[in-house]
This record gives sequence, structure tokens and C-alpha cells, in this order.
Amino acid sequence: MSQTTTAPHDTHHDTHYPGGITRWLTTTNHKEIGSMYLIFALIMFFVGGAMILAVRAELFQPGLQLMQPEFFNQLIGIHALIMIFAALMPAATGFANWQIPLMIGAPDMALPRINNLGFWLLPPAAILLTLPFLLAVFGIGDGALNTGWTMYAPLSVQGGIGVDFAIFSIHILGISSILGSINVIVTIFNLRAPGMTMMKLPIFAWGWLITAFLLIATIPVLAGAVTMLLTDRHFGTHFFNAAGGGDPILFQHLFWFFGHPEVYILLLPLWGLMPHVLATFSRKPIYGYKAQVYSFIAIGLLSVVVWAHHFFTAGLPVGALLYFMYSTMAISLPLAVLFFCWIATMWKGAMTFETPMLFAQGFIIMFGVAGLTGLVLADVAADAQYHHSYFVIAHFHFALFAGGIMGVMTGVYYWLPKWTGHMYDEKLGKLHFWLTVISFNLTFMPQFFVGLAGMPRRIPDYALQFTEFNAISTVGSFILGFSQLIFAWVIYKCIKGGEKAEGRVWEGADGLEWELSSPPPLHSWNTPPVVK
Amino acid sequence: MKTTYCFVRHRLLKAWLTLCAALAGTLPTAALADYTWNFPTPVTPIARDTLKIHNEFMIVITILFVVVFAIMVYSMIKHRKSSGHAPAKFTGPTGTVQWIWALVPFGILLFIDFVLMGIPAYHAVIDMEDTKTKADMVLKVTGMQWKWQYEYPESGVKFISTMSTPRDQIANKAEKGEHYLLEVDNEVVLPINKKVRILLTATDVIHTWWVPQFGVKRDGVPGFLREVWVKIEEPGVYRGQCAELCGKDHGFMPIVVRGVPEAEYIAWLDTKKAEQAAASAGSNRTWSKDELMAEGKAVYEKQCVACHQDAGQGLAPVFPALAGSKIVLGPLLSPEGKLIKDSHVDRVLNGKEGTAMQAFKTTLNDTELAAVITYERNAFGNNKGDFIQPAQIKALR
Repeated sequence: MSQTTTAPHDTHHDTHYPGGITRWLTTTNHKEIGSMYLIFALIMFFVGGAMILAVRAELFQPGLQLMQPEFFNQLIGIHALIMIFAALMPAATGFANWQIPLMIGAPDMALPRINNLGFWLLPPAAILLTLPFLLAVFGIGDGALNTGWTMYAPLSVQGGIGVDFAIFSIHILGISSILGSINVIVTIFNLRAPGMTMMKLPIFAWGWLITAFLLIATIPVLAGAVTMLLTDRHFGTHFFNAAGGGDPILFQHLFWFFGHPEVYILLLPLWGLMPHVLATFSRKPIYGYKAQVYSFIAIGLLSVVVWAHHFFTAGLPVGALLYFMYSTMAISLPLAVLFFCWIATMWKGAMTFETPMLFAQGFIIMFGVAGLTGLVLADVAADAQYHHSYFVIAHFHFALFAGGIMGVMTGVYYWLPKWTGHMYDEKLGKLHFWLTVISFNLTFMPQFFVGLAGMPRRIPDYALQFTEFNAISTVGSFILGFSQLIFAWVIYKCIKGGEKAEGRVWEGADGLEWELSSPPPLHSWNTPPVVK
Repeated sequence: MKTTYCFVRHRLLKAWLTLCAALAGTLPTAALADYTWNFPTPVTPIARDTLKIHNEFMIVITILFVVVFAIMVYSMIKHRKSSGHAPAKFTGPTGTVQWIWALVPFGILLFIDFVLMGIPAYHAVIDMEDTKTKADMVLKVTGMQWKWQYEYPESGVKFISTMSTPRDQIANKAEKGEHYLLEVDNEVVLPINKKVRILLTATDVIHTWWVPQFGVKRDGVPGFLREVWVKIEEPGVYRGQCAELCGKDHGFMPIVVRGVPEAEYIAWLDTKKAEQAAASAGSNRTWSKDELMAEGKAVYEKQCVACHQDAGQGLAPVFPALAGSKIVLGPLLSPEGKLIKDSHVDRVLNGKEGTAMQAFKTTLNDTELAAVITYERNAFGNNKGDFIQPAQIKALR
């Protein structure tokens, strides 16, 4: 890809902006909104992390030491909702905001005001989600959502005000996601640089495009499901109550019709990111661009037809069990294409191992564990053992921490010099990587074994034979949690200063964003580049 | 409070030492033998089959993992800039050989997915779902917050099974027993080598019945029946837990199944029948208040204490206090001896919809109900003075 024009540096625009907080409240600039998304995600990552460290501390030993089961049940569900909706998704949206216009040669996102609204819906949603904790301290209500993030009826029909707060929070988060998705789609379809056909679109943008379509397709279903829950709770409907002709399993169908695509919603932007990082540090073009794009589309389509594998034990008809088993297994094929292309992109390159490359490679190997254990989870008969156990917890943390969070970290280290204009501290970055990867495995590997041994998930206390693995897991989780302070410190240091970064930060970097200075001017690509 | 804290600290210290010892590899092998790295020993055909399939799959995915990432690691070592490797320029397969290289892995994966794993998985599913062929007996399991009810429809035996681990052990005030959290007051007894069809349901929220050594796990869904089957092949005691988050005491509703030879099972069934007959005969006679109070205390400590607590103080704000409760201190029955809506007796018998307060008339017998109502009205400083006879409860059903 090459371009013929560079952006003019029009910094004089800055003088029109209001100062202080008003600027951040009213900004429509994709870079500023992108930064706000990313900082919000980082803060919420620590909030969600602190919650789960409290849980792990409780699980360090059998017996109840630190908290009562009611509070434990609140922490696990809110941890999940925060990590998914307030950390991973905003981080990906932050990437989209910063990078998609830079990468496709657009001056900004297509709908800047919608963009601003999309971000500013998030803080109130996060407050709604966590407020019941505080209210309970003042004796109002019985605390936050206590049903786990899945909010299965009828337990959620029985729950306290925390459930209502979570329902409204989900509605707001959903609106925010849909606005963000519409913006990404409109931007990609309309604001590509002249000459950039869809098949020349940076693969990161492709990943996000599929994510955006999945969000628009599935978030309304979730919104519908939680609204039905709300009316069951307060307005006398019986969607999920057998006594009134409803069915509790209906909620699970609706929830996972959203919930399974959600996994790919979280991961597709990061799968889109991987080829860029691998190609950059292998100094080689992306292998199998088209194959990867078609795989994204295939995974996107498959993801909406496999949902029931999340509740194989709920008692589905045999035909449904078989269908959902085989369709789930089929996902391994396009996923294998991605793995193949990632490795082939590195193959015969000239690799160097800067922090983003380390995170990318760590991502690939550990996400491989998630994929392979996912394959065996698809087997209905074996799933009867794995399901609702710690085996599943370990599996999806390999997908969503090693895949999701470490994917985000890959992107942060990769693009941070571009965003800030400074190089980050490479030594600290590498230290962060090694501490993360080792403590992550120390935390979650034992959970595979303790799950196989028969420990159910979401229990505040456990039988004595699970003690050792839980103790190891807790130690790992604390190292993992505190290692992330290095991450925050590296980012802070990089924003504050450091070695000047060039426009093309990495030797092997290819793409329009690297044609701009680091940091890029507030308004970039006012004159679109021409892609040949 | 202070002693608890010291005790906790002591336990944490001990755990740290254990962990350090384990990491240093100095832990005695006897202790290490407690580690379980895989499924517990299977005792049913399904569990055996599942373990076999699981072991095979684990080998398959381990091979896949090692092969794929060996290629990647080889590349990471070989194709480094620092070793002077010049980057290639290819962006896809070129030529027949490379296409074969690219397509063969997918052929292999297709084979693994739908033949190597897919075919045994198909048979396992069909086998697992076939609950009816040659079933010898039926056991009905009902999950409720936070205990299990078991029913043998053929013989009419029916009882509740609750966790028997003392609360002191959970609060770290007493040494934890061998079967901590995995012990119950009434074990389910099943004959070995019989195909038992298990029907599952629940009364309030979804619960999941799971005994790892049986290889089955199935949800009990309120208002619906689900089914699985087990055929226990070894006599023994098998322990499991509820596996679906079902509220406060989700972690404290264990399952204990005792597999015994058929003769022993029949004898046990007869004992249970006799016990049940004696209990229902009890409802025909007149009980003294002291008798009711003693029986009621026992029932309360099994059925009610988890929510309403030892001294009837409840757990604010969800679980109301019984001590000084307006409902408990309200009138017992109407002057005509009829049930008053939303009264104490109504609550205990019929529960309160949308809460964890369940309709106890479905799980407790007349004597137990009369006893626990009497107890609640006269304990925790309530001193209401009145009491109710089992026969009166019987009339209210």
C-alpha cells in the first residue's frame, strides 16, 4: 500500500477548543474520543480486576474468611460484566476510533457526534452497574447483581434491585455499542481513501467491520431478553415462569444468542490486529489476507448459529444437541485458517521480539489452548463433565484474557508510540509481558485440573481436595493483578515523555497510519491519500 | 471476632507454607497423592465412556498443540533478524506443493472434528440421552434452595437431603471434617447394576444435579422435567454438588449417593417406609407443646436456619427476621380454624412467590410443619404461647 499525499499539520484548529473538562465532554475528534475510551477501559480493567482478586483471596483456602456468599455472588457477576462491557469492548472501540480513520485515510469517524455520545454513555452505565454496592453500604437494597453475569431466570427474577440496575446498565451499554458499531460501518463503507477497495482494506478494519455487524445483530436480542426479565420482575408477565406458560430456558436461548457472538465480538478486532503486528515484526507481508477475511466472515456467520452449546446440560432434544455439537466443531475450521495464516506470516520472516510481538506470540499460543479446549467442550457427552466447572472458567479465560486482554495489550504496545509520539519503556514492557504470561498460566492452568476433579464454578467455598490448586491459582492471580500496575506505569510514562518516536515507528510497519507523524496531528488526512 | 481473625491468619500462614513446600517439591508423597489431575474414578458406563473419550481428546489436542506450536517456535528461532535471516515476500501459497501444505492441515482437522471426535461423540450422546430403554427404576430429584428432595415413586419414599457440615466449620471455628461440604443428613441410596432413570425438576430456580463419578450433569428446571440415567457398577459413596448458581447457599447443597447391592437397597427402602409411616401416624395423635418445641427446633435447624439464622434474626435485607416478626406474632388461624392469608401458617405452608421462601407443605410432613410453626412462635423471644397440632395442619392441606 502506498500513498501520494501527507497530511498538512493544521494545529491552528486547536485554538477554537474550549478548555478543561468541557473540551472532553464536547469533543468530536476521533483521537480524543479514542483516548477516552482507552483510559476508561484501563480504569475499569483495574476495577474489575480488584473485584476478582477479592474473590480469589476468599478462595485461597476452604472456609469463608473474607466475605459472605451473597457478596461473593455479586462480585463474580459484576467482575464479568465490567471486564466484558466496560474494559474489553471499550478498549476495542478505542482502537477503532484511533486507528480506523488513520488506517483507511479518513479525516475522522463518519458520525462524530454519535461517537461522542457513544463514549459518554459508558460512565453512567458503569456507575449504574456498581452503584448498588454503595447503596447497600447505606442500607438501600441488597447489593449488586447476584446472579452471575448470565442473569439466568428465575434466579434473576428472584434477585434484588441489583438486577434492575444491571438491566438498565446493559441497555445503556448496548446503545453505546450499537452507536459505535454504526459509526464503524458507515466510516468503513464511505470514508475509505480513493483507491482503497474493500479487498485492500486493512485487516484490522475488516475484523472490526464483522464485529460491528455482529453487535448490531445481537445486542437487540440481549436488550429484549433483559427487558422481558424486567417485565417478569415488575409487571406480572411470565416469559420465564412455567406456571404462567413461560420457560426459564427461553432466557438462556435469548441470552446466548447474544452471548456466543459476543465472544467473537470481543475477539475479531484483535484477530484483525494480529496480522499487522506479526507482519511488522517479521518484516514480511501478511500471509493469506483474503483467506483471513473470508474466515472472519465465516466465523461471524457461524457464531450466530451455535449458541446452545452454552447450555448442553439444560436438557435439549437429541437433535438439537447433535446440531449444536457439530456446528460448534465447525468453527474450528475457519479458526484454523487464522492460526495457519498467523504462523505463515511469521514463517521465513526476519523476526525481532519487541513487546508487541511478544504479546502477539503469547496471544497465539495461549489462545490456541482456548481453541483446543473449546473443541473438546463441544462434545456434548464430555461437556456434561466440563460444564459449570472450573474447566470452563479456565477455558474462557484463555480465550478472553490470553485472547482478549493480551490482544488489547498487543495493540496498546504496538500503537502507543504512534499515539503519544514517544517510545514506551521496552524493558518494562518485556517485564510486564513475562510476568503476565507466567502468572496467567499459574492462575488458570490449575483451574483446568480442579475443574476436571469436579469443582463447580461460582461457589464461595469448596471441598478439601480442591485446596492446593486453588491456593496456587490465588497466588498466580495476585501476581497477575499486581503486574498490571507495570502496564499502567508504562503507559503513563510513555504519555509523559520518552524517546521520540518516528512516523514509521517500527522498521517493518506498513500501512497509511505509519505515513503520518507520531503523534499524528489532531486532524489528519484532511486531504485523502490515494491508494494504488 | 478477634480469635477468628487469628485463626484465619494461622490458616493463611499454613497454606503459604504448604504451597511453598509443594513448589519446592518437598511435600510428602502421601499428601501429593491427594492431587487429582483428571476426572475422578468413573463408576457408571457413561462416566467410563466419558473418561475414555476425554483422555483420547486430550491426547489429540495435545498433539495438535505441540505440532502447530513446534512449527511456530522453530520459525521463531530460525527466522530471526538477529541471525541474519532475510525476510521472504510471499503472501499466500504459490505452486502445487505449497497448496498441498496449506490444505492438508484442514483435511486433518476435518477428519479430527467429524470423524475421530465426531463419531464417538455421536454415540455417546445417543447413549446418554437414552433414559428409557431397559430402565429398572425411577428416582425423582427436586432441587430447591438449598437442598435436594429425593422421591422413589414406586415405593412412595420421599425425603429431603441437606448439607450436614456444621456452620462452625465453614466459619473456620472448628476443624474441617474429611467430607467438608460434601456430606448430607439423608443420603440417597441406589441399587448397583440397575439402570436408574433420574427425573429432575426444581421448585424455585434452576439447580444442576452433578455427581462427577457418574459422568452426568443435568439441570432441574422449575416447571419442567428433565431426565438422565445412571447405572452404578461399584458399591460405594459418591459425592457431588449443585452446579448451577442458585443463590446464597449454592455452594452448600451437596449430593451424596450410596450405591449398595440390591438386597441392602430393599432393606433400606423398607426402613424408610416404616419411618415415614411412623411419622405420618404421629400426626394423628395430640402433641404436647414441649414435644412440638423439641421437634420444631430440629426442623428449624435443618430447614430454616440458612436464611433466618440461629436466633431468628434473619439476614437483612433479603431474609426477614422471625424474632419479633409481625407475621409470626400475628394470629395463628381464623376463629373458625381456617387459614388466614399471608399469616405465619400460610407463609410456611405455601411460601411467598418470587422469593426463596418456598411452600414447605410439599416437602415437610404435618408433624414437622406443626412443630416448626410452634417453635418459631415461641422461640427467639417471641413467646407467643400458642401452638398448632399436626392434625390441624393435615386439615389445612
